[in-house]
Amino acid sequence: MVEENIIEISAAPNNRPLNYRRLNEEVHEAIKSNPKKIVINDACGQRFIAASLQGDLELVINGLPGNDLGIFMDGPKIVVHGNCEDQAGNTMNDGEIIVHGEGGDVIGLSARGGKIYVKKDVGYRVGIHIKEYEHKFPVIVIGGTAKDFLGEYMAGGLIVALGLKFENGNVVENDHPICGSELGTGIHRGKIVLRTDEALEDRLGIGAKIFDITEQERAEITPFIDEFCEIFNIPKEIVYNKPFKVIKPISKRPFGGNYCGQIV
Amino acid sequence: MRWKNYTSLPEEFRNHRVFDGCGISGFINIDGKKEDGRKITNMLTILNDRENGLGAGYAAYGIYPQYKDHYALHFLFDNEASKLKVINYLSDVGFIIQSESIPTKIPPNVDNPPITWRVFFDPKEKKNISDDEQVVQLVMNINQNFEGAFVMSSGKDMGVFKGNGWSREIAEFYMIKDYKAYMWLAHSRFPTNTPGWWGGAHPFNLLNTSVVHNGEITSYGTNMRYLESFGYKCTLHTDTEVIAYLVDLLCRKHNIPIEIASLALAPPLFNEIDRLNKNQALALKHIRATYRSAMLNGPFSIVVGFADPIPTMIGLTDRKKLRPLVAGVSKDENTVYMSSEEASFKRMMINPNIDFSLKEIWHPKSGTAIIASLDQGLMRNGLEKPLEKIKLTVTGA
Repeated sequence: MVEENIIEISAAPNNRPLNYRRLNEEVHEAIKSNPKKIVINDACGQRFIAASLQGDLELVINGLPGNDLGIFMDGPKIVVHGNCEDQAGNTMNDGEIIVHGEGGDVIGLSARGGKIYVKKDVGYRVGIHIKEYEHKFPVIVIGGTAKDFLGEYMAGGLIVALGLKFENGNVVENDHPICGSELGTGIHRGKIVLRTDEALEDRLGIGAKIFDITEQERAEITPFIDEFCEIFNIPKEIVYNKPFKVIKPISKRPFGGNYCGQIV
Repeated sequence: MRWKNYTSLPEEFRNHRVFDGCGISGFINIDGKKEDGRKITNMLTILNDRENGLGAGYAAYGIYPQYKDHYALHFLFDNEASKLKVINYLSDVGFIIQSESIPTKIPPNVDNPPITWRVFFDPKEKKNISDDEQVVQLVMNINQNFEGAFVMSSGKDMGVFKGNGWSREIAEFYMIKDYKAYMWLAHSRFPTNTPGWWGGAHPFNLLNTSVVHNGEITSYGTNMRYLESFGYKCTLHTDTEVIAYLVDLLCRKHNIPIEIASLALAPPLFNEIDRLNKNQALALKHIRATYRSAMLNGPFSIVVGFADPIPTMIGLTDRKKLRPLVAGVSKDENTVYMSSEEASFKRMMINPNIDFSLKEIWHPKSGTAIIASLDQGLMRNGLEKPLEKIKLTVTGA
């Protein structure tokens, strides 16, 4: 029986929001009975939801999870019906965070693996210092636009921003710029792919350079974009009707001359 | 006010420190409709992950209509002697219209609270100095030279209520729910660099300007020295007081519109300025050059309230968006809300006992002011480019 494997938790029983500690304890308690899925209703700013959880588990959150959603998470899938606050996916090792709304600032901070899909716009400093190692490859896909410092100090992985907007069930072009200033500043590995025809030169950060997308790169991003479109019900032809630009590092050590230059 | 009478961290927090930031909240009713303090208390106290019981406070505008032409001085005194000294001093330099205690209800967990007192006051008329300036000097004098006394606020038809405790305790202590105001600012404190004490809680106030702040002002030294050259005395051991004095200096003394003053406090970077048109770039370069020492550096998000000439609420973050700020507007567009977290709105929405719904919630741009004024509405939503919507005339360029 599938139903038996779903556990529902209210984050605000009798309209009184639980403290984040209490809510996480309830999640841990629920995991003991080995459910396939945990549903958290009425989330309203509780922090650290799903912190350090491991294994094959699906967590559905209705409402607004607080800061540090899925921090240090290693494996589970989180689906948020609503917006999420800052630092979702902080230092995540593996797993998925799917947000059917807007994301806050510093999404995916230092993520080492896993996928973060945000349907709408995100804030500042998204994907700061995400990194890859062997088979570990973090991916952040943003349906809308981002603000300043996108992919700051990026050390690997992939960030994609599509610049779309969702209006009364229709998918249209977003009227905000695709990203803010200091784009990819300090980037030394990995890629930022932006679906845009805007001139980005003025917004580039230190160590970042704009390239046209290659066939190989297009093949790399396609599976993620296709999955993103499927999850959020976006017609694929809309996504591919605009050019993609790729931001990549010009060097593996953009600040090499600044610190300890004579030692190394 | 004794600086040493701060309390240490509550017992339960001593061994596991929760590192976090302060919580700020505020709202203004555009049509001037007054609301009691329950809504602001709810907005703030539900952010209780963002405080640690070492300070909270509320600023309310429009609470003393019967005394609206007199300066309402809110005091904290350590003892009767210091109270007497200040009252004597006030009657020397001006007229005391009314002198009474601020009503409080003392919850069981507040130890040795100070005496809370308010005086409605008019300075003696002097030829070369305005009333406002006299009151500023009086406040600076009391805070610096009167032991055991501290001025919480000094505006007209407004007041600040603050102290050392959790936001809900302070709300109960001052019976915030009994005051009716058209504009409320509130703050729950998580002191990081200075101890929590009654005077160090936010809002910080001077005349009608009140500031609540989350973050750190790393340019405190520069700002303080700059303010001292204009006669302000920074005596409260907390960085936020410079913001209150800077707003007072720029908006009252120098008479700069708040849209421009916010650009002086958080100016665009020079490479951003270079991308603007010639006149705008020139204006911004001059603002930066003139007010280079008024620039606020470091991470901050602030909500500022002031009443001269028009009651206005301003929200502003640092240029790199290192602290959060969310804004919302009610369905009838009559109320503009600002808060540290969207959760603050969300928790009001899920509570059926509170009538609360928003038309829109948005995140303002970094270093860009949201401005909402009485009768004028939402003037700037914080998503504009610098100097956008501002009529600019450049002469002699």
